[in-house]
Amino acid sequence: MVIAAVTLWFILEKVFLIASIIGLSFFIAMYTTLAERKIAGWMQDRHGPNRAGPFGILQPLADGGKLFFKEEITPVSSNRFLFLLGPALAMIVALVTSTVIPWGAPVLTAAGSISLQVADVDMGILIVFSVVSVGVYGIMIGGWASNNKFSLLAAIRGASQMVSYELPMSLALIAVLFMTGSLKMSEIVSYQMANGWNIVYQPLGFLIFFICALAECNRTPFDLPEAENELNFGYHQEYSSMKLGFYLFAEYINMFVSSAVMATLFLGGYDIPFVNEANWGLEPWLYSLISFSVMMAKVSFLLFVFIWIRWTIPRFRYDQLMNLGWRKLIPLALFNMVLSAAILLWLKS
Amino acid sequence: MSISAILFWVLSVAALFSALMVVTSRNPIHSVIWLIVTFFAISGHYILLNAQFLAVVNIIVYAGAIMVLFLFVIMLMNLNKESEPARHRWLQLAGGVSGGALLLVLVAALKDTELKSQQSLLLEGHTGLIKTLGQELFSTYVIPFELSSILFLSAMVGAVLIGKKD
Repeated sequence: MVIAAVTLWFILEKVFLIASIIGLSFFIAMYTTLAERKIAGWMQDRHGPNRAGPFGILQPLADGGKLFFKEEITPVSSNRFLFLLGPALAMIVALVTSTVIPWGAPVLTAAGSISLQVADVDMGILIVFSVVSVGVYGIMIGGWASNNKFSLLAAIRGASQMVSYELPMSLALIAVLFMTGSLKMSEIVSYQMANGWNIVYQPLGFLIFFICALAECNRTPFDLPEAENELNFGYHQEYSSMKLGFYLFAEYINMFVSSAVMATLFLGGYDIPFVNEANWGLEPWLYSLISFSVMMAKVSFLLFVFIWIRWTIPRFRYDQLMNLGWRKLIPLALFNMVLSAAILLWLKS
Repeated sequence: MSISAILFWVLSVAALFSALMVVTSRNPIHSVIWLIVTFFAISGHYILLNAQFLAVVNIIVYAGAIMVLFLFVIMLMNLNKESEPARHRWLQLAGGVSGGALLLVLVAALKDTELKSQQSLLLEGHTGLIKTLGQELFSTYVIPFELSSILFLSAMVGAVLIGKKD
């Protein structure tokens, strides 16, 4: 019985890893909200939040505290259990996605190597996609359980947007998998370390994937599920207090995780560009730390691009959104897939 | 009991309980949510049987796509227990009889398989991984595979044709 052979040490290691990744997700998501407001201020030539702490550094804590102390309203005619399940599902799904992402090079110790990845399973990237496909329920259940026609319409709008953009996203992914030949996240990274980053070979695939990631995270220009000024807010219209906070916070965690997924798939994961770091002869823990920081730098850059786009591009109309997804991105992704398959076959023969 | 036996029993109880709740819930939305739980339990069983790919695809396709469509339909038509038409007693009886007959056929078909000895070859079974699966699909089972893909394509074309406005 192999499963039973897990040692206490193994369990402790994984529990510690999971706890630190969840903590990291929350921390990054908190400070992404601050970064968003700071960058918005910078782009609009104003200061942004600067009252709480030096440079407004305590602002996310103040925001969180405010959400906790707000009155919690549950609509009388709503379905109580499902009303609670909606934001809970949104948060759980956002956190679960990060399990298969390799955050840094494994630490080699005398007792064996400690992987900085919760689970390096063979299905790797498909696990991310399965969790993302379940993510729709947080929106749909929350919107329906509010028993408000505007919430329901917004929930259906949001769900159909997410379902539509999953298709070109997976088609763009297939072209990447053609090259790496594995679904395992660690092997995708080591392939890129040996052969160069996937973005060089798959620029179109990266573009499609990035656009779809914007839509999956409900970010501008695709933030129709929460169009507060023209569509009467979104599926979380009836939510208040920390339940609303969960929905909004899950969005930032989704941004963080999808940036990490994109960094792993296209930007070489924790690979340090232009150098062969294996020759440096560094201490293993130092090397792991550096690779982790490189991964974080890539993630932060992608998060910055997310925010940059939000304060640059206006919102799409709903028919434009569907048109882009089904009539432009899917054929483009199919073309990209066929082209990469043909080139790979030609190179092999 | 080994860990996989404990997992098997937990998953079986979860699958049976949620499947019963699908049938007995009065509210169609609750039925759909219980059905999603059932799919997750079945995916767990697939993992115990070394079919990792099947488990993940089951979640992506059934729990993630098909059940979303179910929810769409139920939410948009606003089905609930008040608007549900009363069913005839004989309709329920016919449903019970046909369901029982299906169960009988399934049990008869699966009775002689060697599932029991195949279960949980942990860290050994590569049968469920995509590499083996892909090689099998494109060599041994290539004709059924291509035929079913043509079937899917024709279904898609049909759906587009029905969905056209004019």
